[in-house]
Amino acid sequence: MLKNPWKRRHIIESLVRIVMILSFLAVAGSLGLILWTIISRGLPALTWEMVTQTPKGGFYMGKAGGVLNAILGSLYLASGGTLLALLFSLPIALYLQTYLETSAWGRYVRLALDVLWGIPSIVYGAFGFTLMIALGLRASLLAGILVLALVELPIMTRAMDEVVRRMPRDLEQAALALGSTRLEVSLRVVTRQMLPGIVTAVLLAFGRGIGDAASVLFTAGYTDRLPTSLLRPTASLPLAVLFQLSTPYPEVRERGYASALILTIIVLLVSFGSRWISARLNKYTIR
Amino acid sequence: MVITLLPLFLISAVTIGLLLRSWPILSAYSLKELLFGSIWKPSQGLFGFWPFIVGTFWVTVVGVGLAVPPCLLVSIYLAEYAHAFTRSIAKPVLDLLAAIPPVVYGVWGLLAIVPFVETFLAPFSKRWLAFLPFMAVNSPTGFSILAGGIVLAVMIAPLVISVVFEIFATVPNDLRFASLAIGATRWETIRRVVLPQVLPGIIAGIVLGASRAFGETIAVLMVVGNVPQVPGSLFDAAYPLPALIANNYGDMMSIPLYDAALLCAALILLGVILIFNIAATLVLKRFMK
Repeated sequence: MLKNPWKRRHIIESLVRIVMILSFLAVAGSLGLILWTIISRGLPALTWEMVTQTPKGGFYMGKAGGVLNAILGSLYLASGGTLLALLFSLPIALYLQTYLETSAWGRYVRLALDVLWGIPSIVYGAFGFTLMIALGLRASLLAGILVLALVELPIMTRAMDEVVRRMPRDLEQAALALGSTRLEVSLRVVTRQMLPGIVTAVLLAFGRGIGDAASVLFTAGYTDRLPTSLLRPTASLPLAVLFQLSTPYPEVRERGYASALILTIIVLLVSFGSRWISARLNKYTIR
Repeated sequence: MVITLLPLFLISAVTIGLLLRSWPILSAYSLKELLFGSIWKPSQGLFGFWPFIVGTFWVTVVGVGLAVPPCLLVSIYLAEYAHAFTRSIAKPVLDLLAAIPPVVYGVWGLLAIVPFVETFLAPFSKRWLAFLPFMAVNSPTGFSILAGGIVLAVMIAPLVISVVFEIFATVPNDLRFASLAIGATRWETIRRVVLPQVLPGIIAGIVLGASRAFGETIAVLMVVGNVPQVPGSLFDAAYPLPALIANNYGDMMSIPLYDAALLCAALILLGVILIFNIAATLVLKRFMK
């Protein structure tokens, strides 16, 4: 072996490379496997009725109906949560970059955001539940929105912070040199330049919110009716999947797979949509 | 200025809120009884978290153990070898893996992984690996720690890969060029020059992945069997803490101290995850500077 080390080293090199490519294929393959499983099992049970009707009597025993209540409920929950999170995360991200870029306080805030991001949604759900009890609230759309906003806030703020950080400094300095105040730079220059990134961050958080089950389990409740009021319970797609799969009836379980497919399609649409929108908006930014 | 207080405020609010609500049980039982008691019978006033803690631990360890080797290789591949084209394929793949909701992972686990464990891995282990510790097959179904671990491994993969990839990108190219110039192969360069530089960061990335796996609820509870026992094998069913909270929220108001016990479980989760996350983030921040 010592005679020709050159050869042995190169064999190791190519072996390592092959194992790496295999690992990459395994990761990509598991994505394919997941999508294939969901599509092949969900598609046969996916009917027009599923997406246009609410559960009729005996739905959970295999009678007619659909999961429109859950689709609408999830859209409301995630939209509300995203809007609320946006209200706080954009100011935080801008403030962090404009005023606290190098300060110790800015570092603490970023650390706190990272920590918040790591808190699992079941803990947010349990916390939301304690809040509800303390305030005398029932499980409702409003409570669900509040908790989802908590779940989404760190995701969105971190993503936005990253976007703000990649903002070209020259542009900011040019605007400052022209006599703008820091607030004006923030609102007129920075925000416009960052629009594609902001859209991506918002849709990322929306996608995370719409798929989150553990947090709304406690707080949003569940109902077979369409959501009409902020103070009433509302259904959500992840919970619809969970409940339909926990019944012993095969037809209902099949519809559970179809509901999972609906949820997957929504999430994929959001993901591709954000790519498309940010690519369009990128035309209007300076690079 | 005030708005930047919000993240810190939220962390303290969550901690204090859970602490207050679980105070009844924390003051009624000693910490030792709660953490190491192995009997869970809320109706008789027995609240032992030990089976759930062990269940959480094993599911996390299996998930992280399965995820780490391929994830490290993939991030090294993407950071050091891959062409720009391969990277442009990898990014959407990882984004999509991260975007798939937990409940969909759960459905996948139910449809693909649980039957796979039941009909393939369990018989295989029974035939060839039963002499090893933690490999005995006692349960007739595929709902097991192993199934939960496999699902978790795929779930945390995008997080671990992207963190480790970014760590690798912080190593200056000069180091690589110097090593390559004196005749090292690329793998030798990575192993002897780059890896020692980034090792703490890799460990931090793995800890982040572990804390994500630790708190994952829905996907795990769908495939892990939810039997309140101290599991003795990877093929046994387990009952992790998050699943305990999620499964019992409905009837927790009817039994005294039950709600306090479940919120105490949430507090344990929160405590472990806060420690994991703060430690990992502090290490990662050092690299990103």
